[in-house]
Amino acid sequence: MKPVVLWSDALIYLLVIALAFFFYRLRKDPQTRERWAEVFSSRLGMVAFTVIAAYIMVALLDSLHFRRALENPEGVAVEEVFYDNKVTSVFDLLTGGMGERFERTYSAPFALISFEKENLKDAAGKDIRDYPPLRHAGQHLADPSQRGADVLGKTFTALFWGLLLSALLIGPQWLLLRRSRYPWHASWLTQGSIICSGVWMVSLSRYYHILGTDLGGTDVLYQSLKGIRTGVLLGTLATLIMLPIAVTLGVMAGYFKGWVDDVVQYLYTTLSSIPGILLIAASVLLFQVYIDLNPDFFAVGMEKADAKFIALCFILGVTSWSTLCRLIRAETLKISQLGYVQAAHAFGVSHTRILARHVLPNVVHIILITFVLEFSALVLAEAVLSYIGVGVDPSMGSWGNMINGARSELSREPAVWWTLTGAFFFMFALVLAANLFSDLVRDAFDPRTSLRRVEA
Amino acid sequence: MFAYIVRRLLYAIPILIGVNLLTFTLFFVVNSPDDMAASQLGDKYVTPEAIENWKQKNGYDKPLFLNPDVAGLARLTDTIFFDKSVRLFAFDFGRSESGRDITTDVASRMWPSLAVALPTFLVGIGVNICVALMVVMFHGTRLDRGAVFLFVALMSISYLFYIIGGQFLVAKTWRLVPISGFHAEGQVWKFLILPVLVGVVAGIGAGARWYRTLFLEEANQDYVRTARAKGCSELTILFRHILPNALIPILTGVVVLIPSLFMGSLLIESFFGIPGLGSYMLDAINSQDFAIVRSMVFIGSILYILGLLLTDISYTWADPRVRLS
Repeated sequence: MKPVVLWSDALIYLLVIALAFFFYRLRKDPQTRERWAEVFSSRLGMVAFTVIAAYIMVALLDSLHFRRALENPEGVAVEEVFYDNKVTSVFDLLTGGMGERFERTYSAPFALISFEKENLKDAAGKDIRDYPPLRHAGQHLADPSQRGADVLGKTFTALFWGLLLSALLIGPQWLLLRRSRYPWHASWLTQGSIICSGVWMVSLSRYYHILGTDLGGTDVLYQSLKGIRTGVLLGTLATLIMLPIAVTLGVMAGYFKGWVDDVVQYLYTTLSSIPGILLIAASVLLFQVYIDLNPDFFAVGMEKADAKFIALCFILGVTSWSTLCRLIRAETLKISQLGYVQAAHAFGVSHTRILARHVLPNVVHIILITFVLEFSALVLAEAVLSYIGVGVDPSMGSWGNMINGARSELSREPAVWWTLTGAFFFMFALVLAANLFSDLVRDAFDPRTSLRRVEA
Repeated sequence: MFAYIVRRLLYAIPILIGVNLLTFTLFFVVNSPDDMAASQLGDKYVTPEAIENWKQKNGYDKPLFLNPDVAGLARLTDTIFFDKSVRLFAFDFGRSESGRDITTDVASRMWPSLAVALPTFLVGIGVNICVALMVVMFHGTRLDRGAVFLFVALMSISYLFYIIGGQFLVAKTWRLVPISGFHAEGQVWKFLILPVLVGVVAGIGAGARWYRTLFLEEANQDYVRTARAKGCSELTILFRHILPNALIPILTGVVVLIPSLFMGSLLIESFFGIPGLGSYMLDAINSQDFAIVRSMVFIGSILYILGLLLTDISYTWADPRVRLS
């Protein structure tokens, strides 16, 4: 086994560590603590947070890549170890090879036979046209009619193991947190159901294709799961590229005023006057041309896809800072008029110190709210961009690519609905959780809404 | 007022120059005409002659900013920058990479875009405001919380699913309207109903939620309490007091979009086969026709700036306190 570290893998781990550190530092501030407490004292907030955390966990596991060592062919003994050209991730191992069981083409969820007829030979050796049996579904069944009972039985077994695993994982949390004033039980319930359905998916996918297979015969459930990493990474990376630009420019414009303000305002008005989708498409296309003309730059196909992906995050980040910049500029303008900033000036405190100690901490809530809101917007944008053909590389599984490939499947007769369903469900759950969470964060951190609550 | 408008229009010039410089940098400096020729000719190993030929045919064989070979003003005008970017200011978009005249294309494709975008916009605002008003009436009850949750859920569905779902249900399963297409003469409405419906439904989540926040912000003001104290009915408060006052923030968000309606919607037009500017852009992106993309970026920026100007003007109309000077 040989570990492979893609650029995006390294970035996402760095990012998670940085975020953890950031929140650890924030803990010290009593006001921030109180606001977070407000977010987490609602059951909805707990559930949404747990779902987002589960998605991030999957994305992190899916970002640990390695290449398998190939076994030597029989009779050949060489010292050197050869590695598989395909890059696998730890998450692939956890799914129990769900992505390695290919069929020939479409098959419905839990189907035993293919979706399309093929030329076959029957028992007597005659040519007939019928639905061929699937290679990786229901092989253990003696008779197709046993399928219902078999699925039910396997579901109960999976549920048993799922509950056992949940008990193991939630038990320690319960011991630690049972006296906490936060509604942890809501989180535990969510954790339990996520774990149970995870165990159910992995154990049943050994015998059936739970969400069927797509045109190329790949398991749809596996593709949907692989889309998680792309969605989460795109949402976080692009936002974190945007944040420093928006914050630096916004704070500077609002604080120094004068020509700095003019320049920054000019920059963001110009940028936001260009139709966003065209700017993104143009930039992606230009990068595409660059890659096409320099094919020797990347060793493995995966690295090329990864470079494209990071470029996409970068482009999305650079093109979307204007809204946040405008908000931060307005807030900084307000703050720099306040008494304590004027007082700091009078005491001769340096600009950098005033910015770091007095201005920045007071715009953190805007940054936080934008971060969570932007995250869900980017996950949705990825699907649209992939549809237009300027999204992530087709070799990299993503919900956008799934929808794009399946857009005409509903007009088939009978309709192929499972690919779209898979992408829809996994995308919807993530975006909904992020949107709900961002609502709660905004309610807690936005001074306007909290003021109103005090009055009421 | 007039002086204000003129000044604002003059402000637009540096912004448009900025847009132009940015697109020019993207298209010609980051990506040289040689690269573009190579990718347009579609071959990795094209001969230098073929590239030169292509550049000459499409007018990319000049220097970027300054032409030292000619005398006088032509030094500046006989360049790619002048040909491809400055001419846009005179609305001279030139020819696309495939040789069609972009100006005529834009002029003829603008109307189908507008035919879809304008009804979607107007019906959308009407529906969103009605839904939001209804929810505000039940503020603080379980119905309100349920509705907000529903709005967030609707917002969390990708636009693509609204289109695919709408086509599947209305056009394929119920067979009420054609799945896609557009005929200018006769029964245009048949082709317009579904795109407009999908556009409106897809916008309800975000729209109604936004209007609800605006209305609630107004509902907390003192004048509402006074109105209630003097015995106005809830309906009167809602329509006579809250709605007109909430008009100002609504205008900020809405008027800026009006000029951009000409640009149409990329997704709706491509799914429903409407020959508007949205699908024009999509085709240009797919065939990597940078001449069209450049022109559309320019048009889009002009329309956006126009939208900002209209927003300011509409303030004076909605709020007598605002005076433009």
